[in-house]
Amino acid sequence: MTVPIDYYIILSAFLFTVGVIGVVISRNLIVMFMAVEIMLNAANLALVAFSRQWKLMDGHVFVFLVMTVAAAEAAVGLAIIIAVFRNRESVNADTLNLMKW
Amino acid sequence: MELLIFALAAIIALASAIMVITIRSPIGSVLYLILSILAQSVLYIMLSGLFVAAFLVLLYGGAILVLFLFVIMMLNIRQADLGTDSLRRVKPLAWVFGAVLLAELVWVAMATTARISAVDDKFGSVPEVARLLYGKFVYPFELTSILLLVAIVGAVVMAKKGLS
Repeated sequence: MTVPIDYYIILSAFLFTVGVIGVVISRNLIVMFMAVEIMLNAANLALVAFSRQWKLMDGHVFVFLVMTVAAAEAAVGLAIIIAVFRNRESVNADTLNLMKW
Repeated sequence: MELLIFALAAIIALASAIMVITIRSPIGSVLYLILSILAQSVLYIMLSGLFVAAFLVLLYGGAILVLFLFVIMMLNIRQADLGTDSLRRVKPLAWVFGAVLLAELVWVAMATTARISAVDDKFGSVPEVARLLYGKFVYPFELTSILLLVAIVGAVVMAKKGLS
């Protein structure tokens, strides 16, 4: 008994929603960043599921590229968080209000 | 049997993802995210994506999340540094709109009705994916090296002390 592809896509939708809610409700920069990673992973799961459905491995290559982008993003993003913490002594997103209005 | 494994892995992946965004301590968030990644790698293996499953554990669980842990330990954030929560009153609204988004996404996902058929053992194996990476997708693959170089330089510049 194989699992239908729909289940994977629906799970991917759930994970993506959790990521979106995480970015919205969290004020901690690091947790917001992790919620973005959850969203990237949800997209990866959908890519792998679709490439299984169409029996094309192009999706796996895309997942590889997405992971590379996520690694680059994590390195730069965490460096930015370190710079913010050094200047503001906080990782709360509310302290970054210079460009708010 | 396969459905049971799927259900277990899916529940673990989803529950730990929810824990990532609700738990107070950042270290706990990272550890739950690692658990979520491990559960998702099980799903990748069930979709016969062995290469991506291995890469997910190595790159995400092994490299990116350890980087997160390092940064959290380096910053040594106390609970007081997290500050007050300015969004306390509008938080329920986020869950409502999240539910709307989820309903939309599931509605779209329902459109995929195709049944899956068996694939041979080669599907998703390292040699096959490598053939694509160095053949059809060789230029995007080479461009990622430039992306990583820019990211390295950017990270060093951003994290350097004495940056005005």
